[in-house]
Amino acid sequence: MHFIDPHIHIASRTTDDLQALARAGCLVVGEPAFWMGYDRSGTSSFYDYFRQLTEWEPKRTANHGIQHYAWMGINAKEAENVAFAREVIALLPEFLDRPNVLGIGEVGLHKNTKNEVCTLLELIELGVNRNEQMLFHTPHLADKYQGTRMILDLLHADSRTDRNRVCIDHCEEHTIRLVLDGGYWAGITLYPTTKATPERAADMVEMYGPERILVNSSADWGPSDPLAVPQFMAAMRRRGHPESLVRRIVHDNPLTFLNQSVHFNFRQPD
Amino acid sequence: MPCEDYPMPNSTALEVFNCEFLTMRCRLLDLAAAIDRVGRADGQVADDPRWQQLQQAIGVITSPDGNRAERVQMTFSLPYVENWQNKREG
Repeated sequence: MHFIDPHIHIASRTTDDLQALARAGCLVVGEPAFWMGYDRSGTSSFYDYFRQLTEWEPKRTANHGIQHYAWMGINAKEAENVAFAREVIALLPEFLDRPNVLGIGEVGLHKNTKNEVCTLLELIELGVNRNEQMLFHTPHLADKYQGTRMILDLLHADSRTDRNRVCIDHCEEHTIRLVLDGGYWAGITLYPTTKATPERAADMVEMYGPERILVNSSADWGPSDPLAVPQFMAAMRRRGHPESLVRRIVHDNPLTFLNQSVHFNFRQPD
Repeated sequence: MPCEDYPMPNSTALEVFNCEFLTMRCRLLDLAAAIDRVGRADGQVADDPRWQQLQQAIGVITSPDGNRAERVQMTFSLPYVENWQNKREG
């Protein structure tokens, strides 16, 4: 079965990983801009990173038959310096216009500070004004519940938000209901030790149904598995779920969500 | 651990338990061994808030109420601050 990984950091992965993804049936990847493991020293570093995501990584994945799309933004970990973040945000329109960019992402909160909120509001304003799809990162561990609710508060307060074009990512058992009840798409990230495991993701699908749920590997430079989505598929099959349900979560749902982006031009393989 | 006879989604609690038992047992032993490992090391962590969170989470697991995963998550979560927009410091 073919699948789509709507959130994976290809820039942090090897060619071997791309080969493994292709062999496992991956058709499309979505790569959000994120924190590369160190704070960048200037806006030119971000400019080159955005070029990497929109020029170089699509070529690498295309060599393995995988279509690549990117999301543009400044991550919460580098958003604390509001003036610096504002300079990075000024770079975004040029890249949002590129034909392989889906929208604003991944943006959100990390430690839920006032400055992070200030930067996030400017990113939301940019996204709303440009009618962009948006992908939100929710905080890690102890900060996740509060940060997720704060992001939802910000979005609820803006009547211009099209909730069906927003994904709140890294949902877990204590946040997914809030996101789905709010009318947003809920992303579940499959990680070995933090976030959700394939089995727990299958639990959440069983509890809440398949509507507006996406699963992703968010594989990056840390402990993560680029084949986490196939692991989820295996967990679903092991429980006896029909192929139609598995396909809906890993193929149909991401297509439905991503198709709302004006730049998404999926080509189904022959 | 794969279970060749994993039941269909509408199966009984016993069927699910039969398939999950060894995995649950394994993870419980991992947890017990890790707690022992901390106990064998020099010093103590009883006053560490994370240790207290662990104890609380273990209590959630053994409680008769449902939604244990969600409640364990909340054990490890900072509380939501109502009206945070007006209360947050810089």
